Amino acid sequence: MERPPAGTVHPDRGPIRPSPRREASSFGQQVIQFLLDERVINVLVQVLFTMAVLAVAGWMIYNYVQRGRTFTFGFLGEEASFDLAEGLEFSPTDPYARAFLVGVFNTIRVAVLGVILATILGLAAGIARLSDNWLISRIAGVYIEIVRNTPLLVQLFFLYFAVILKLPDITDAVTLPGPVFLSKRGIAIPWPVPAGSFVYWWPFVGVAVVLAIVLQVVRKQGEKRTGRPSFGLLWVFAPLINIPILGLLFFSFGYWWAFVTVALIVTVVLQVMRSRGEESMGRPGFGLLWVFAPLVIIPVLGLLILVLLGWPVLGSSPALLADLPEMVSKAGGVVRVEGGTTLSPEFVALLLGLVIYTGAFIAEVVRAGILSVPKGQTEAARAVGLTNAQVLRLVVLPQALRVIIPPLISQYLNLTKNSSLAIGIAFLDLYAVSNTMLNQSGRVVEVFIMIMASYLAMSLTISLIMNIVNRRIQIVER
Amino acid sequence: MKGKLYTYLAVLLLLVLVVVACGPQEQEEPTVGRLQLIKDRGYVICGCNAELPGFGYLNPQGEFEGFDVDFCRAIAAAVFGDATKVEFRPLTAAERLPALQTGEIDVLIRNTTWTLTRDSANELDWAAVTFYDGQGMMVPVATGWQTLEDMEGATVCCTTGTTTEMNLSDAFRARGVDYAPLLFEKTQDTATAYEEGRCDGQTSDKSQLAALRSAMARPEDHVILDVTMSKEPLGPLTAHGDNQWNDVVRWVVWGMMQAEESGIDSTNVDQMGSSDDPTIKRLLGVEGEVGASLGLPNDFMVKVIKQIGNYEEVYMQHLGPGGLDIPRGPNLLWTEGGLLYPMAWR
Repeated sequence: MERPPAGTVHPDRGPIRPSPRREASSFGQQVIQFLLDERVINVLVQVLFTMAVLAVAGWMIYNYVQRGRTFTFGFLGEEASFDLAEGLEFSPTDPYARAFLVGVFNTIRVAVLGVILATILGLAAGIARLSDNWLISRIAGVYIEIVRNTPLLVQLFFLYFAVILKLPDITDAVTLPGPVFLSKRGIAIPWPVPAGSFVYWWPFVGVAVVLAIVLQVVRKQGEKRTGRPSFGLLWVFAPLINIPILGLLFFSFGYWWAFVTVALIVTVVLQVMRSRGEESMGRPGFGLLWVFAPLVIIPVLGLLILVLLGWPVLGSSPALLADLPEMVSKAGGVVRVEGGTTLSPEFVALLLGLVIYTGAFIAEVVRAGILSVPKGQTEAARAVGLTNAQVLRLVVLPQALRVIIPPLISQYLNLTKNSSLAIGIAFLDLYAVSNTMLNQSGRVVEVFIMIMASYLAMSLTISLIMNIVNRRIQIVER
Repeated sequence: MKGKLYTYLAVLLLLVLVVVACGPQEQEEPTVGRLQLIKDRGYVICGCNAELPGFGYLNPQGEFEGFDVDFCRAIAAAVFGDATKVEFRPLTAAERLPALQTGEIDVLIRNTTWTLTRDSANELDWAAVTFYDGQGMMVPVATGWQTLEDMEGATVCCTTGTTTEMNLSDAFRARGVDYAPLLFEKTQDTATAYEEGRCDGQTSDKSQLAALRSAMARPEDHVILDVTMSKEPLGPLTAHGDNQWNDVVRWVVWGMMQAEESGIDSTNVDQMGSSDDPTIKRLLGVEGEVGASLGLPNDFMVKVIKQIGNYEEVYMQHLGPGGLDIPRGPNLLWTEGGLLYPMAWR
């Protein structure tokens, strides 16, 4: 409400500003006058609320201590004397604090991978649900409805006990090329391990980061000068990813590296020519095939030449070596997998369960987002001759994202918090480790405070990141 | 503007009320003992296991049954003269200690091992030992393993929230054998994962392993190794600091052992009252005031023995040849070479 000029009289409520006669009133009236000021009340309410919160907290701690219990986090430094066999290295002589860290790390691992995979699955299922193809849309529909309407814990138990643990025994594991071994003891996959020249790889990473920063600065300056960036964001990320890969290839493959580099340069040049042509003539001068063909042909050709010349293909000192899993028979007919890395059945079941479950919800969010884009937009885009894929990529999704992101944040948070169901299927997440900790140390309240603080920190981090993303894609209104 | 102002004032008033309401409660102290609380309530709340055959489980009729469960009933019989005045709270291994600490249950009888830290840091009080157990290891017969040293690189299934986890760690560390634990929240899940072949072995108290093996599809394919990794004295416990209630639980358990020692069982308890043995007379409340000193009726042990039986009867019903068939071993009376030694009943 707009304040009338000072001294004017409001027809109903009398003078807004106290008249000189009331200014001279008694001290008591002045106090009441002061207390009724909206700004004072605002501050007062906040102070009182804080005091109330503190009083309640204090009362709880007082009760706790009154029951003869002490409140301390000192136990975190004590020896844990239990074993944990998932994630970071842990030995029974490590302190409780490290056990907690193992749990936090495992939760983050599942949450990050889960968020990425659930987004991909959800996006695919959401788009498929709206497909004109009857079969595709029905398959997506059945998936979403079944998964969304059954409890996650039930799905996890089903996945773990009825799917993963029904894989063959390790003695007759399914062997996939790689080699990858599938059994109820987990999924053993090859894993890169740093080798001799790994340290020399870091300069490549450094150059890539510096180049990416420089390119971003140039891009921003172009944007300032002309109102639009001089080149796409892709050109910033391309060197950031490609140069380290080239670095790895440089060490791992001797002369062949030169062919790969030439192929990449040719591809980049061709793509630039192609987009220039598109800009000047309205349509590209040649198809995308001509861009990718050299990328494949030149390295293959190089490989052939090297083999024909009898020169070595592999470098003498690679930066990374693949550690291959291997089946080893032990006494008593026991078989173990050695080497590589093994994804535990518990991790696989939890990750799959969370991805499938959250994916169904994300699919619905995506569908709602797409449906929120007015039909006229799609029709107009089709009218100017865009293909179905282009309509989706260039017109529908950018607008749909504005609707999708906010509920997507909730789904990410749900996934992270739902990972605490891991304890049911023996995955050592934050909650499962804490559960062991509080049982062995007896520090129930302290450990639960740590659990809550950790989940809160993770959730707030996700919210923060996603809110930044959200702000960037919203329409800038002037 | 005015409406907003009143809202502020209302909130303010509410907050003041909250603060004021918190004040006086701080002065309040629990004065009523647990025994009086139970008597007022009319039934005993007993934390128990719901999935361990022989010790605590739901029978097909939907009733709790087992060795531990019978001790809960015995306590109810001692307090109320009626063994049915008990409410069972099935608890997981992880839930059980907080349930007792927060006062949600009166007594916990759920194969819980008596350890120093639990007794001190967790602020709990054990009343007595009802069953002397030891941690063992179950493996498939096909592996041919005899000792823990054979189990290099093995994965071992184990239930979390128990001392088992730490004993396992200690046992393998002491032998320098590398292994990986796999921790489940529920014993039934642990057993399923082991039976499915996810683990090379399962560890738990031997009594529990025997119970779980009896429920497996092919019990003969699994063997419990002749290795004892720990001492596992199991018994009922109460919250720290209420000695009167703890005494009740303790003397009911010892009373049942004393009954076995004195040859009193559910069939002859009525006649034994006329015995000349002063211990029997005191046990059955014919002489002396032992019941009153505990805050119980003087003949509380008569009710217990009549409705539940003595220690031997309870053991034989659930763990004897008709049940899990665990040899009594250390759980014999001291007079027969076992460890059961009820304190002097006077």
